[in-house]
Amino acid sequence: MSLVGPIEAEAPPPPLYAAPPRIYPRAVKGRIRRVKWAVLIVLLGLYYVVPWLRFDRGPGLPDQAVLVDLGHARLFFFWIELWPQEVYFLTGVLVLAAIGLFAATSLYGRVWCGFTCPQTVWTDLFMLVERLVQGDRNARMKRDAQPSSLDRTLRKAATHAAWIAIAAATGGAWIMYFNDAPTVVRAIATGAASIEVYFFFGLFTLTTYVLAGFAREQVCTYMCPWPRFQGAMLDENSLVVTYRDWRGEPRGKPREAMSGDCVDCAACVNVCPTGVDIREGQQLGCIGCGLCIDACDDVMRKLDRPEGLIAFEALRNLAASQSATGGMPPSAKRFAIGMAARSAPRFFRPRTIMYAAVLGVVLAVMAGAFLMRETVSLSVLRDRAPLYVQLADGGLRNGFTIKLVNKTQARVAYSLTLRGLDGATLLVQQAALDGEGRPLLVSSPDGITEWRALVTIPAARRLTGSHPVVFEIRDPLGQAIATAQATLVGPAQ
Amino acid sequence: MTAKIETDAHSGQQTTGHEWDGLRELNTPLPTWWLYTFYACILFALVYVVFYPAFPFTGATGTLGWTARGALPAELAAQNERNAPMMARLRDATPEQIAADPELRGFAIAGGRIAFANNCAACHGAAGQGAPGGYPSLADDDWLWGGELADIRTTIAHGIRNQDSEDARATIMPAFAQGILTTPQIADVAEHLLSFTQRSTSAAAAARGATVFEENCVACHGERGEGNAQLGAPALNDRIWLHGGDRAAIIAFIAAPRLGVMPAFGQRLDAATINMLTLYVHSLGGGR
Repeated sequence: MSLVGPIEAEAPPPPLYAAPPRIYPRAVKGRIRRVKWAVLIVLLGLYYVVPWLRFDRGPGLPDQAVLVDLGHARLFFFWIELWPQEVYFLTGVLVLAAIGLFAATSLYGRVWCGFTCPQTVWTDLFMLVERLVQGDRNARMKRDAQPSSLDRTLRKAATHAAWIAIAAATGGAWIMYFNDAPTVVRAIATGAASIEVYFFFGLFTLTTYVLAGFAREQVCTYMCPWPRFQGAMLDENSLVVTYRDWRGEPRGKPREAMSGDCVDCAACVNVCPTGVDIREGQQLGCIGCGLCIDACDDVMRKLDRPEGLIAFEALRNLAASQSATGGMPPSAKRFAIGMAARSAPRFFRPRTIMYAAVLGVVLAVMAGAFLMRETVSLSVLRDRAPLYVQLADGGLRNGFTIKLVNKTQARVAYSLTLRGLDGATLLVQQAALDGEGRPLLVSSPDGITEWRALVTIPAARRLTGSHPVVFEIRDPLGQAIATAQATLVGPAQ
Repeated sequence: MTAKIETDAHSGQQTTGHEWDGLRELNTPLPTWWLYTFYACILFALVYVVFYPAFPFTGATGTLGWTARGALPAELAAQNERNAPMMARLRDATPEQIAADPELRGFAIAGGRIAFANNCAACHGAAGQGAPGGYPSLADDDWLWGGELADIRTTIAHGIRNQDSEDARATIMPAFAQGILTTPQIADVAEHLLSFTQRSTSAAAAARGATVFEENCVACHGERGEGNAQLGAPALNDRIWLHGGDRAAIIAFIAAPRLGVMPAFGQRLDAATINMLTLYVHSLGGGR
């Protein structure tokens, strides 16, 4: 006996995956498209040119202006040379970039995504190649819908060959930031490069090819974390790509009396690189590139209607226009009232001021840290075992490892002194003595030099427990260069 | 559970067919590329399991027969080959020549630290600080058999009182209680030794002990107990007492000495390693 009703026929289980709809963006001309081309040329130009810039640092050092030298653990940026322990400067740059991103987003929405993100820039370039070889949206859609043909195969092959060529040039350029550019390019071309170079060359070629050729908007909607929390940086005053529904709706034919400005031509959808419909409002898929603005303005000009049906607009203004024109039928008056209800964009808001302030503080802290960065530093490490050594005459001896970090390119010589315990004598193994009999530490340029130092405490001092002392290095003119704290240790009380 | 697939009116998406309290779940499938990546990972894992050791506790090695331990000898050989030119120079140089060359000295001390940990630290401590029970500190300024580089090298290479090397340091101290000195005489000598460091409590006993000391001990330990590194006779007038410096320990030692033994490392280690150890021990603090 069953309490359950009659069993319905089992439906087949739904598929676990679905192919994303293919997007065929149409070419578009206009103001924003020109800005995007300019940004693309500048950014890619920088990316390719920077590794070739030369900067003379003297003999024995790389003359590449920007170089991450992993083999010697150095980061070169023009006159700046960073050591691994100063990687926090890189962290600081990333923090600055993050806050700059927040600030830009709170002002202009997803400008980073739409204009400067590498994914956008390379996808744009790949789409250009696609258009040049296979034609614009309609031609591509038509050809893809047809059965396979020689023409289609050849065009597809040409597209992919061009993509791989661009991707390879990208991988090569990335390698150039980690190796001497002319050398590594010659080595790759002649087959003389190391297996690591070829591996990373291949890896970046592959990722560029896959991400810009195939994954495209899927990177933005599935892989990238940024769209997921950008909503927290936006507010009603941010300028975002917006459809002015109050003048566009109801959609209709151009000559129908009761229709708004939107003629439902779908130009905005057709040009969209991520395939969204901006008329549905703010959404995850929109990367804020503004190409729909160009497309719509073009249509509006042809219809002799005012531009800006889609525009960079603050949501506050959108709401103001909406409430001012609420219930009005489409007319020139509705447009005038709607536009009049808007107010000037507010760039100075608590949010943007706070971002600017944080940006300023981080910048100041980093600049301060950089300007006060020590080029020579001293570190003193006491022996962990034995803590002290009993000497024959009843005195004590403590062993230390002394490291002199010299970030300059010059060989330096400093006198080492010990302060804090009368009678203690300092011996540095393998060190010469200066004119006053103090150990002279001569460091190698651009490196760390290490010595073993022994501090002897006379029996008469009867040192027990621990006693703080200071090691100090002075230059030949007697100027203190750096100090290091240390502790002398004797038997417990 | 029944799976009744419907199309959601609002979104136009299909549902999974599952319903809980009237809530129906939209079917939002994974993207194809994601799923294929996932399948590729599974495939990779299967291949990996066949070729490489992957099952814990079973001792399964995989068809390639690769093991981390099996890869070690080749890496060691490669490392030895890289070090070979330096080791050849270390072998052919005297310790004094090594000490005069900063590059050689740095290499020798770095290598000597490892060799010390492998061969010497068990008795002499990780940093050469010695250990109770007669294992002398190598970090102080008191040297039983001499603290010059050549002395240290000889001690390491040939050892002390062993049967391995003919050149081992071999001098011994007799057990003075075995028919040489009487018990009171031994106590008097101990009193005399204490007087070297102003710890004597009986001037008369110390004076008697001085006579005994002169007749029995001076030959090795010197007139004022300053010791003799040639014979391995320790200084008796300092603060360092290998087997304890109080009266009872001194008396016990004179009566029946406990003489230290050290193997001849020259027969276990190559000449370059002996030189590296020499430089390292010398750098510990007390080298002369």
